Amino acid sequence: MTNKSLSSMNRRGFLVAGAAAAGTVSMPWVAGAQAKVIKVAFPTILSGRVAQLGTSSRNAALMEVEKINAAGGLAGRTIELVIRDTKGQPQEAARVARELVNSDGCELMIDAEASTGAFAVHEVARDLGILCIHTNSETSSLSADPKLKLPNAFRCARQGIHDSVVGGSYAAEIAKAKNLTRWATCSPDYAYGRDTTAEFVMYLKQFAPKVEVISEAWPKIFQPDYTEAITKILQAKPQALYSCLWGGDLTSFIDQAAIYALFTQMQFYAVNMADYTALTAVKNLPAGIHSGNRYIKTFPATPENAAWGDAYKAKYGEYPTNWSWQNALVINFLAEAAKKANSADGKKLAEALRGLTIKSPFGAEGTVTMRAEDQTIVGYAVGWGTTIPKEPYVPEMKSVPWQRIFELEAEWKKSKGFA
Amino acid sequence: MDLNALTECLVSTSCMVTQVTSGFIIGMLLFLVAIGLTLIFGVMKIVNFTHGAFYMIGAYLAMTVFQLTESYTLALLGAAVGACLFGIVVERFFMQRIYGGNVLMQLLVCYALVLILDDLVRIIWGPEFKSMGMPDAFRVPPLFIMGGVVPPFYLFLIAAALSIAVIVGLAIARTRFGKTIRAAAHNPSMVSVLGINTGLLFTGVFALGCLLAGLAGGLAAPVRSLTPGMGFSILIESFIVTVIGGMGSILGALVGAVLIGLIRTFGALGFPLFTEALMYLAMAVVLIVKPSGLFGREAA
Repeated sequence: MTNKSLSSMNRRGFLVAGAAAAGTVSMPWVAGAQAKVIKVAFPTILSGRVAQLGTSSRNAALMEVEKINAAGGLAGRTIELVIRDTKGQPQEAARVARELVNSDGCELMIDAEASTGAFAVHEVARDLGILCIHTNSETSSLSADPKLKLPNAFRCARQGIHDSVVGGSYAAEIAKAKNLTRWATCSPDYAYGRDTTAEFVMYLKQFAPKVEVISEAWPKIFQPDYTEAITKILQAKPQALYSCLWGGDLTSFIDQAAIYALFTQMQFYAVNMADYTALTAVKNLPAGIHSGNRYIKTFPATPENAAWGDAYKAKYGEYPTNWSWQNALVINFLAEAAKKANSADGKKLAEALRGLTIKSPFGAEGTVTMRAEDQTIVGYAVGWGTTIPKEPYVPEMKSVPWQRIFELEAEWKKSKGFA
Repeated sequence: MDLNALTECLVSTSCMVTQVTSGFIIGMLLFLVAIGLTLIFGVMKIVNFTHGAFYMIGAYLAMTVFQLTESYTLALLGAAVGACLFGIVVERFFMQRIYGGNVLMQLLVCYALVLILDDLVRIIWGPEFKSMGMPDAFRVPPLFIMGGVVPPFYLFLIAAALSIAVIVGLAIARTRFGKTIRAAAHNPSMVSVLGINTGLLFTGVFALGCLLAGLAGGLAAPVRSLTPGMGFSILIESFIVTVIGGMGSILGALVGAVLIGLIRTFGALGFPLFTEALMYLAMAVVLIVKPSGLFGREAA
């Protein structure tokens, strides 16, 4: 071996050793930097007819994450939302959720899927044991059915059963006053549509026993053409129509039904109408549509709620949706749970979340609680009112005290064998 | 199953008028999309999965032109011409390379184009659903014909689609261009040997198909919510129409489309839980009894 090759080998060896030493010494810093960040999986729908569900969820979550990170994050760890598009397909939602945990290193999951995907993600949460909070599925059975209960799965979203108690009560008052006994329904043919419609009709009949459902239409979710459903409803000649169609489906239905003058022939109860996007998307919104509150910055009529709605609009150029407040709330719940547990560990957060009550602009009385028994939120503002085609869109909301909602919900759970 | 509702409707004039016109309404939009599909397959022997994307582009262009000009006529023109021009670009740069190629390759290329066009629409118009709204001329109460309810806009849609069917049918049957298309559908290599520029012919047929799909999108825009990817659902139904009617047959596309429309409207009354299945059942029956479709040619 020559001197030259010896010295080049020594130099090469020195460089390699130096790099290895630098890597070893810096690893704690790198690992430390990574430990300072907590990745939170955020599968949601960012494309297709209901992309707005995902985009408004994401926007609201990011707005709150910014505030929480500025205040120190979750027990000192900076939140990083890892957002993925599931295209509204259950199989894609499950695949993406699994990938976010197994490949992307997410330690918590905010499942911002609609009900179509939420049940699929729920099974992934069961399998992986990760803390998973569903923020957009309103199908009551997701949290009410004991067979689906997991210690690591929660729901931070309104529920069909709560909307139906209030909606049924509201509709029954009008039904009795105007003698509306012949009703029809037109709702999307999947878990949310079926369950929520059944719950609304159950309470409507409970409060107004003379009501009879004379026609039902069950279009497919995301169906572009509702002509056959509309003509079927017209043939039945109901006095009132209930629907839990939502997003682009609802606005399509309204556009198509309006040219048949459907809304001049019957009253329309659309639980998902009073979302700013739906309210502003329909160019000639018929007056007098009855709706649940979704998100309206005037309900609750508090400065905090109005301020939050305005802050969202200032940041994103449009008003928040129902999905927005639910995803904002989940970040607030995580922050408070982390403070309570003094940890960002999923199991400890789950323990802290159970029964946790936090101050919130979305609460009917200024607070929202994560009920321990079924790990779902209660106490949020829920009401129904009649829409007008301009701001404030729903001038007056009527509600039912939460104590009464609890009583009726308990009866419903018993009747379904959930309690 | 609700056979009572169905039989009551069959004996009621008002119900029959409403349901039959609804069937035609559903069918006419399907026909406008399917006619392009069947023409393209008939001449170029290519199953054009991108066809729904041109329907989507037509709808968005119609909405944009309408917002700028408040003229529905210009909106329809914009939809048709825009989709046609887009079709020419796609055909020249992509489709030409896969004629006569492996079917899987054709499917892959078409699917890739669908994803690209969906994303392009998302980038330009945004991911949220949009609504065009009904033009003022059609914002009028529906007509009551023999007790049945018929919106004037849908009468216009049926008339427009039937007119297009007649014009395209006559063009194929009576014009030189039409004769060339029919010849190319039979034997493209012979047509080429006779000195006819088949490349230009194929571009023309593809462009015509896209024009019709774009026009369908423009006609549908006032009563649809517009979203990226909206072309997929009508594409599937259009394929069912072309299978039932027969690939390459314009009359078949018309009959198939009306049949699907009527199945949906009457099926919704009598078989509300199986309406979709009835469509596929009809397709299955046709495939078993006459695999080439009702008006399709038997394979030689």
